Amino acid sequence: MFSVRIHGRGGQGAVTAAEMLSVAAFDEGRHAQAFPTFGSERTGAPVVSFCRIDDRPIRLREPITQPDALIVQDPTLLHQVNLFAGLRPDGYLLVNTSRTLDELGLAELVSRLTPSHAVAVPATELAREHLGRPLPNAALLGGFAALTGQVSLESVADAIRARFAGAVGEGNVRAAEAAYAHVHEVRRTVDA
Amino acid sequence: MLEQIEGSQAVAKAVTLCRPEVIAAYPISPQTHIVESLSDRVRTGELAGCEYMMVESEFGAMSACIGASAAGARTYTATSSQGLLFMAEALFNASGLGLPIVMTVANRAIGAPINIWNDHSDSMAMRDSGWIQLFAESNQEAVDLHIQAYRLAEALSVPVMVCMDGFVLTHAFERVDLPEQAQVDAFLPGFVPQQALDPDDPVTIGAMVGPEAFAEVKYLMHAKQMSALDEIPVIARDFAETFGRDSGGLVRPYRTDDAETIVVSLGSVLGTIEDVVDKMRDEGRTVGVLGIGCFRPWPLDEVRAALAGARRVVVVEKAFAVGAGGIVGQNVRDALRGLPVEVYDVVAGLGGRPITRASLRQVFDQVLAGEVDPRRMHFLDLDVDLVQRELERSRRGGRPGPHAENMLRDIGTVASGAYE
Amino acid sequence: MAHQEIKLYQTGTFVAGNRLLDPEQRSVQARMGRSNSLTSGHRACQGCGEALGARYVLDAAMRATDGKMVAVNSTGCLEVFSTPYPESSWQLPWLHSLFGNGPAVAAGVAAALKAKGRDDIRVVGQAGDGGTVDIGFGTLSGMFERNDDVLFVCYDNEGYMNTGVQRSGATPPAARTANTKPVGDEPGNVFGQGKFVPAIAMAHEIPYVATATVAELRDLEYKVEKAMTFRGARYIHVFVPCPLGWGAASSDTIRLSRLAKETGVFPVFEAEHGEVTEVSTIRRRVPVEEYLTLQKRYAHLFGPAGRPDIVARLQATADRNIARYGLLAPDEEPAGPGVAQDVAGEGAV
Repeated sequence: MFSVRIHGRGGQGAVTAAEMLSVAAFDEGRHAQAFPTFGSERTGAPVVSFCRIDDRPIRLREPITQPDALIVQDPTLLHQVNLFAGLRPDGYLLVNTSRTLDELGLAELVSRLTPSHAVAVPATELAREHLGRPLPNAALLGGFAALTGQVSLESVADAIRARFAGAVGEGNVRAAEAAYAHVHEVRRTVDA
Repeated sequence: MLEQIEGSQAVAKAVTLCRPEVIAAYPISPQTHIVESLSDRVRTGELAGCEYMMVESEFGAMSACIGASAAGARTYTATSSQGLLFMAEALFNASGLGLPIVMTVANRAIGAPINIWNDHSDSMAMRDSGWIQLFAESNQEAVDLHIQAYRLAEALSVPVMVCMDGFVLTHAFERVDLPEQAQVDAFLPGFVPQQALDPDDPVTIGAMVGPEAFAEVKYLMHAKQMSALDEIPVIARDFAETFGRDSGGLVRPYRTDDAETIVVSLGSVLGTIEDVVDKMRDEGRTVGVLGIGCFRPWPLDEVRAALAGARRVVVVEKAFAVGAGGIVGQNVRDALRGLPVEVYDVVAGLGGRPITRASLRQVFDQVLAGEVDPRRMHFLDLDVDLVQRELERSRRGGRPGPHAENMLRDIGTVASGAYE
Repeated sequence: MAHQEIKLYQTGTFVAGNRLLDPEQRSVQARMGRSNSLTSGHRACQGCGEALGARYVLDAAMRATDGKMVAVNSTGCLEVFSTPYPESSWQLPWLHSLFGNGPAVAAGVAAALKAKGRDDIRVVGQAGDGGTVDIGFGTLSGMFERNDDVLFVCYDNEGYMNTGVQRSGATPPAARTANTKPVGDEPGNVFGQGKFVPAIAMAHEIPYVATATVAELRDLEYKVEKAMTFRGARYIHVFVPCPLGWGAASSDTIRLSRLAKETGVFPVFEAEHGEVTEVSTIRRRVPVEEYLTLQKRYAHLFGPAGRPDIVARLQATADRNIARYGLLAPDEEPAGPGVAQDVAGEGAV
């Protein structure tokens, strides 16, 4: 089982991201379960969503306290919420920022993770460029595909298109592709 | 067809396939996605021949269903929590009139303190309303139970409540096999009401009944509900034949055959419990699980048969009777009357508190080690210190203020919905 | 149907009844084919205004719908006296659910009929004033707002008579009830601004609202038949004296109804889409005392220890109705103690 926890703010699409990720995994014939923390729906409030991916039916319904991967949609949450609780040493970290993880003060945390497992991606900028709106969630899924290999970029694109019709879907797909390329390049550099 | 879909959407689809003729609903979290989806399906014509009524309250919703059902229409509504309680009077009326209304209850806690998260306080408060109560373990089962519910309700002329955990199921995306319309049509015949308001054959429905016959009318209600204990397994069997999967039924044993300890529970937490039990089995513990699929009517014989061989039974439930104890636990004790089986009440998951494998494992271990008093209700993960500090504040006298606010301030919670 | 013309000068009068009229002009009650929807043998009290009103309303509605009708009833006297187990006075499909949900149940029936393509079958909901203006008010307002195809009829006897005469939101000021006793500085029910649901119904701008009394039964029949020509939510508020609850002679039910209208205590009018279209003007204006003194519920206002001040306030309320609804015919001389200047001064709505 592979567990993903997504941190964002109300309006950034953290819940939608988990749902699309589960659809992408489903499209690949896997079992997936996406669910939100169930707060009142208020724009801007910290939001957490979860996604489990497995090759067999998932019965477990507890929140994910020890994620295999962590997606941070909004770096301003770094100082408000205990984002990294339970992240496994071999886990993955994907942060939406145009800065480096060092600049965000995450050097100590990153040093405890596998070097190629912690990546920053400017998902908001990519979304602005390709979608015209600063909504990072779809882009981050592209980055997630490149980072973890749990789902393919194609499945992510299909899940995005299934959720968003027309130009919005295509813009999100382009943002996801750009993020995928970005993360892929960063990892290639690190591995090299 | 297999789909990765939100639980609410899947249920709305299942209800659509059942071709209801009148839907009357009032919004309340976490039921909203279901009725929003249904209103779309009526507007787009996917659900044809259906009147969707946006009523002014849950009381109005159930009342409109009563009128529509008495007029011979297949009816549906959905609610949660306070909404279910606001319907209370009409719930008893619907069952008393023998109207086969089907309702989803997206289970949610009851205030005060107000709380939108999942537990079973709402359905449990209405357990004696004369409605059949079915509990879904997964979204697949929620879908399947709605289809079975209509068959059951209309066969017996009794209303049926399909209970599914709010948020945990209603808002979860998971794989669901959605039936085809032809399958549902084959399984669920058109509604032929036992009574209907028809100018060609006028009847009086809802007349006053005095002491001379009231007990007999009520006895019939009871007898009809009890007959559901025979009907439900038959419907589940037919369902398996038509749809090719097991769903519903009265109780569901899991690895109980040689189990000395059996955990009894209901709803979506069963999966988590089964994971814990598998782990304990791996370690050589003879533990099993009994899922309760139908809580009303209470399948006393089936529960007794499933648990009779155990030495101890741990009932994990998401509600309790204040001042008395576990609710499901009481029913389990009743089923085990005269047998040397110790029953432990564990109340868990109140107001949306996550029920984790770790906490379940801990309490099961404590039970096995004889560290839990079976005569006392046990609250899973209770913050005893927090309670003690608030009691201490109350003892100081004066006007200590509302407990809820004091305790939130004490633990420094700034926003509900933390994931830990 | 064969009939024989009989020339009588009393034709159309109260004495001879309507059977002597041309068949087309007869009242529904006077017709051979009346449905007797609420048939005889029920257990209403002598002189019950509600039983009389319901009989006329339902038979008129049945005629208007050619017998294709369903009635929904809220809990109350009408429900109780008509269905003592195992008997029923209802000769039409009839459903009783609860006290506070009659309008929602009726709306549900209408929705079911529409879904089944049977909206040729019409729905009438009925309740007393408690079930309409108090406990059922939320469902009533919802039904109005959605414009469900229901005629809802309130039989207003100004109190909870079924439970032993307690105050309702329709109980008039100063009236004695079991929980507004004639003691204290303000004996009887307190003076408030009242809760006149016909006006609230009009505020929903539903197609048709009317008031009526059981003194003018042809008017009541006319309004019911007219209501059935509309689709959507309709409301008729019928003034029905309760001899038991009001402490009145059972032979005075019609007289009290007529006096309620002739004093201005109860305005009789029709409204369409929120606007008053017709008003039944006062034929012979009388002071409120004539109406009040027939009822023991106002007895504390009269006699040596009486309260003329309160009677004057009740008169002022009636005068306000007269002004607001324009209840005086243009050629009617203001008479009695009614304050003509106020009438002229306030003007009609």
